Amino acid sequence: MSLSLILSQLLNGLQFGVLLFLLAAGLTLVFGIMSFVNLAHGSLYMLGAYFAATAYNQTESFTLAVLAALAGCIVVGMALERLAVSRLYGRDHLDHVLATFGMMMFFNEAARMMWGPQPYFLPVPDMLSGTVNLLGISYPSYRFAIILVGLLVAVGAHLLMHKTRLGMLIRAGSVNPTMVGALGVNIKLLNAFLFGLGAALAGLAGVMAGPILSVQVGMGEPVLITTLVVIVIGGIGSVSGAFYASLIVGIVDTMGRAFLPTLLRDMMSREAANAAGPALASMLIYILMAVVLALRPQGLFPARRT
Amino acid sequence: MQFSKFIPALAATALMGAAPLASAQVKIGLTGPMSGPVALVGQDQYDGFMLAVEQLGGKLGGQVATILKEDDQLKPELGNQIVRKLIDKERVHAIVGLGFSNVVMASVKPIVESGTVAIATNSGTSPLAGAGCAANIFSTAWQNDGAPEAMGKYMQDKGIKNVYLLAPNYQAGKDMLTGFKRYFKGNIVEEVYTQVGQTDYSAEIAQVQASNPDAVFAFYPGGMGVNFVKQMSQAGLLPKLPVYSVFMVDGTTMPALREAAVGSVMGMMWDSVLNNPENNKFVKAFVVKHKRVPSEYAAAAFDAAQILDVAFKKVGAKLDDKKALAAAVKAAGAEIRSVRGPFRFNNNNMPVQNYYAFNVVKEGNQVVTRQISVALANHADAYSSKCALK
Repeated sequence: MSLSLILSQLLNGLQFGVLLFLLAAGLTLVFGIMSFVNLAHGSLYMLGAYFAATAYNQTESFTLAVLAALAGCIVVGMALERLAVSRLYGRDHLDHVLATFGMMMFFNEAARMMWGPQPYFLPVPDMLSGTVNLLGISYPSYRFAIILVGLLVAVGAHLLMHKTRLGMLIRAGSVNPTMVGALGVNIKLLNAFLFGLGAALAGLAGVMAGPILSVQVGMGEPVLITTLVVIVIGGIGSVSGAFYASLIVGIVDTMGRAFLPTLLRDMMSREAANAAGPALASMLIYILMAVVLALRPQGLFPARRT
Repeated sequence: MQFSKFIPALAATALMGAAPLASAQVKIGLTGPMSGPVALVGQDQYDGFMLAVEQLGGKLGGQVATILKEDDQLKPELGNQIVRKLIDKERVHAIVGLGFSNVVMASVKPIVESGTVAIATNSGTSPLAGAGCAANIFSTAWQNDGAPEAMGKYMQDKGIKNVYLLAPNYQAGKDMLTGFKRYFKGNIVEEVYTQVGQTDYSAEIAQVQASNPDAVFAFYPGGMGVNFVKQMSQAGLLPKLPVYSVFMVDGTTMPALREAAVGSVMGMMWDSVLNNPENNKFVKAFVVKHKRVPSEYAAAAFDAAQILDVAFKKVGAKLDDKKALAAAVKAAGAEIRSVRGPFRFNNNNMPVQNYYAFNVVKEGNQVVTRQISVALANHADAYSSKCALK
């Protein structure tokens, strides 16, 4: 188990974490501020990838594909918010789950009808198709680019939340939404914008993931589940919590999958390790979530509530 | 009184009267994964089967055929439910498809108990090829070990020494690697089973890089295969490190892979570039109708339809004699002109067929598949002696 292997797995974990952050940021804000459980978030991620793949197949330009994904997801997100989500704000979380689960199935079928069941082709842009030399290991440039984009988004999100008036309104809304509305802020527009922003981030995650994962119907579900784990561990409503938690989950999951089977092989027979290794590795993040919920149910980095 | 109000009622009565006249004489249930990440596998089987039926004028064995399409969603319990529904409620004469290996195994009991003819076009599990064989269960696809055995022999003959193995953690994954190890006698560097449906293989690929094998042998069907090959290509491993595979680079995944697949070698009983008259006709007709290149699943289903056509003709009016139909299907195997070359059913109802080696190369700026050789000719599976059938 060489140092370079550990380092490259750490980078893989970081990349996975950053992708999770793009999704978790939108999900946690919507959950925290509008108290709305949005299971359709994974579908927005899928739509981002599909819009990008379609745009790429028409124009052969990755930049246009990214723009198409962002624009498409913002439009779908805001439309969804105005048409369906805003009607459910005051309701029980279970109603949200039912409604957004239905939306998820609707989007899956709609995608299958529009684009067909086969996986779509979205290539890595040419200038990122090589490898970079990082600390002695050669790492795929595209995955490194994902890490950079994700960190940029994290910095941008921090600046937005803490240095702008809009960010102040969002933070205030996460603590006491009724008061913010009572103080004369157009809370409806703020909510629509917030939902659109979350959708845009999900779409960006979809575009970034498209070249490495296959663009197909149902690609949002496995990622959605991991994102929910992230926001529970990080603390609902807290973007910084989502950031730290997504990095933790990304690294734990990747390192677990990479090294747990090898560790098990030292302890038990090859057959048993081959069977138990992958199963245990995939359970790791859920065990982590259970431990966090047991010891600190509000999450590791919760948003401060008055 | 308005006559227009009576028209729908009259139309309904007319249709009701016409219904018994229009009822089909042969009923087939076609099941497979029609949704989710492997939806194209199921869809290809349906399209391949329907193409044959269409070419026979909508008939099988000279009788009008009704095909019921069912989606098992890759869920064993759902597959079982669907099979029981087709046998008990719809009273189909045959079930085609049966889905992935894990779904098939969950459906075996009702099929064997009813004696209904069932033709798998997506699998050929080792239990069904061995002691668990049944006179009414067939496979026109392959016995799961066949394609990996072909790749194992090919790599053994080529003198490759150190191989890294990867497959998803379910029955077919285990069968594939078992079949490979039966013919490959070199050094297995590592044998890794990943989660079914896993999308990100960066961790596994980093391990492959660190172990530095001479070659990789992998089995990842559908969306899993697309992800794995793309990520191997992005990590710079393909085409430097030869990747040998089964069911990973085929008609269902090539449109999404394109350049990423260059440098890989696959073993299969069929590929669209196989050059024989039946196949050339089949591929041409499929491309014209569906605007995509068929996969081995479509070919297996196409042949299944041809076999049923011959078998139904043999039994004639005695369609409901299940034993006679099963015997007719078994004999029909050797009588059709399969798109894959030579074909017949072994004593355990698994195919005896050629397995070919293909590779993906870049010619100019086109990515094409080429046949390299016949890796195993008229190959019978390793489990047939354990089956009590003759």
